[in-house]
Amino acid sequence: MAVNPASTASPALALSKARRRLADRIGDPALRTLTRLASLAAIVLLALIAYKVLSEASESFSRFGLGFVGSRSWDPLHEQMGAADFLFGTAITSFFALLIAGPTSIAIALFLTELAPRRIRRPVATLVELIAAIPSVVLGLWGILVLSPVVYKTLEPGLKSAFGWIPLFEGSPSPFGMLTAILVLTIMAVPIIAAVTREVFETVPSELKEGALALGATRWEMVRMVILPYSKSGIVGATILGLGRALGEAIAVTMVIGHTPNITASLFSSGDTLASRIASSYQGAQSSLEISSLAYLAAILLVVAVVVNGGARLIVRRSNIHFPSGQGAYR
Amino acid sequence: MSAETDLPAGPPPIMRGAGRLRRRRLVNRAMEALATLAALAAVAVLGIVIVSVAIRGIGAINIDFLVKSPAAYGQTGGGIANAIVGTLLLITLASAMALPVGILIGIHTSQFARPKTAYAVRFALDILNGVPTIVTGIFVFGLLVVGKSQSGWAGAFALAIIMLPIVARSADEVLALVPSNLKEASLALGVPRWRTVIRVVLPTAASGMITGALLAVARVAGETAPLLFTCSIAFNSVSANPSIAVASIPVKIFELSENFSPEAHEQAWAAALLLIVFVLLLNILARALYGRATGRMRTTR
Repeated sequence: MAVNPASTASPALALSKARRRLADRIGDPALRTLTRLASLAAIVLLALIAYKVLSEASESFSRFGLGFVGSRSWDPLHEQMGAADFLFGTAITSFFALLIAGPTSIAIALFLTELAPRRIRRPVATLVELIAAIPSVVLGLWGILVLSPVVYKTLEPGLKSAFGWIPLFEGSPSPFGMLTAILVLTIMAVPIIAAVTREVFETVPSELKEGALALGATRWEMVRMVILPYSKSGIVGATILGLGRALGEAIAVTMVIGHTPNITASLFSSGDTLASRIASSYQGAQSSLEISSLAYLAAILLVVAVVVNGGARLIVRRSNIHFPSGQGAYR
Repeated sequence: MSAETDLPAGPPPIMRGAGRLRRRRLVNRAMEALATLAALAAVAVLGIVIVSVAIRGIGAINIDFLVKSPAAYGQTGGGIANAIVGTLLLITLASAMALPVGILIGIHTSQFARPKTAYAVRFALDILNGVPTIVTGIFVFGLLVVGKSQSGWAGAFALAIIMLPIVARSADEVLALVPSNLKEASLALGVPRWRTVIRVVLPTAASGMITGALLAVARVAGETAPLLFTCSIAFNSVSANPSIAVASIPVKIFELSENFSPEAHEQAWAAALLLIVFVLLLNILARALYGRATGRMRTTR
C-alpha cells in the first residue's frame, strides 16, 4: 500500500503503478456511487413498501372508502368489511401492555443504574435484553401452553373477585383473550423500554444527583426530583418505541387472543388486533376483496407504525440516545 | 453513575428517628424494593420461558426429529428436517441479499455522506426497522407472490428487508467508531479514500459488523409473520430449492401450535427449544464479539 520511491525503476513496476493509478481514478467515485446507490435503495424500498401495500388495498379502499376504519363487521361472504374491532383490539392490548411495561421498565432501569451492585449491573442488563431475543412464535407457544392456564385458573378469577366491580374485569374467565395477549405484549415491550430508559438515566449528570443527596434527599427523592424530571422526554420516547413493538406484533398475539372481533370493556373476553387478524387469515383468505381488505388493515398498521416510530425517533434522538436497532441488543 | 452515588443515601444516622424522616426512609425502602422486584421479575420471566421450553422440548429431540421429514398424515413420529433445512436456506439467502447492501449503506452514512444525507438515510432505516413484520409480509406477497406462487425467494426477500436496517445501522455505528487517526494516517500516506476504506476502516470494524450481522440473523431466524404470506405452504419433503416454498422452523411451530394433539405440541416444544437455543447462542456470540471489538478500538484510540 505504501508508496514505494523505487517503483519507477523497472518497467513492470511502472506498469503496475499505472494500473493502480487507473484503479484509484475509478475506485473513489465507484465506491462512493455504489454506497450512495445502496442508501438510495433503502429509501426507495421504504417508499415501495408504502406504495405496494396501498395499491394492494386499493380494491377494498375504492369499495369501502375511509368508512372501513369505522365499520365493525368483518364478513367476507357478504362483502362487509371494516377495521373498527381490530383497531379497538390493537389499541386496548397495546395500551394496557404499556401501562404495565412502562413503570416496570423504569423500575428495572433504576435498579440497573442506581441500586444494583456494580458487578451484577451488566449481566442483569444483558439478561433483560435477551428477553427481546426470544422469537415471538416461541413466546406465543409458551403463552398458549403455560401462561394461558395460569391466566384462566388463577389470575382472572383473582382479579374478578377482587375488582369484579370494574367493567374491565367483568365476564367469565377464559384462557385466550385480551388479558393473555396483554401479558405477552408486556413481556415483549419491557426489554426495549428498559434498555432505552437505562441509557437515558445514564446521561443524568452526577453533579445533579449528588447535589440532591447532599441536601439530604433519600435515594427515592433524588430519583423523583432529579432523575425522572431530567429524563422525561427520553422515557416518553422509550415508551413510544415499546408501543411500536406492541402494536405491530402479529404471531404471538394471534396465538393467544382468541380470534373474535370484539369491542367490549372486559379484558377477559377474546378479541383480535390488526396484526393478528392479518396473520390468522394467511391460509383462509379467498376472495380478492378479502385479501385487499387485509392489505387495507396492513396499510392502517403501516401508517400508525411510521407515525409512532418516527415520533419516538425524533424524541429519542433529540435527547441524544441510541435508538435500538433490531433487538436493542448489542450494548 | 459515578462511585459517589453508591454511597448510602439519606440522612446520617444521627438524624434518624423523627416521624417525618422515618416515613421518608420507609418510602425510599419501599421504592428500592419495588425496583429490585421488577428486575428480578424480568430475569425470572426469561428463566421461566427458557426452562419451560427446555423441559417440555428436550424429550422429543432425538436423531429422528432432526433428520427425518414429518410423518405422513395420521401417522406418528417423524421430524422437522425439512424445516431445519428450509430455515438455513432462508437465512442464507436473506443474508446474501441484506449483508452487502447493509454494509454499503453503513459505509455511505459513516464515511461519505454529508450530515444531512446521513441523517435522512438513518431516519429511513429506523422507520424501516419499525415497519411491522406482518406488513413486510403483505408487501412481499403483493410484490412477488400474487400471480405467481409462494417461494423461498419471496420468504428470503421478506427476511432480508427485516435484516437490512439492523445490518446497516450497526455497520454505521461501528464504522463511525473507527479511530480517525488511523484513517488520517492512511490518507496522509497518499492512499486514496476507497483503498483506505477497504484496507483500513473495514478491517478495523470487522468484528463489530459481524456482531450486527449475527444479531440480524438471530432476529430473522425466529420470524414467522413475514413468511406466512410468502413462504408457508410447503411440501413435507426436504428441499433446498428456493423457487418453491420451503418449510421453516418458526412456521412449523406456529402450525403445530394450532394442532390439538399432544404429540404435535411435544414436537412444537422441541422445535421451539431448537430455535431458542440457536437464537440465544447467536445473541451471546454477538455480544461477546462486540465487547471485544469496541474494547480494542478504544485502546487503539
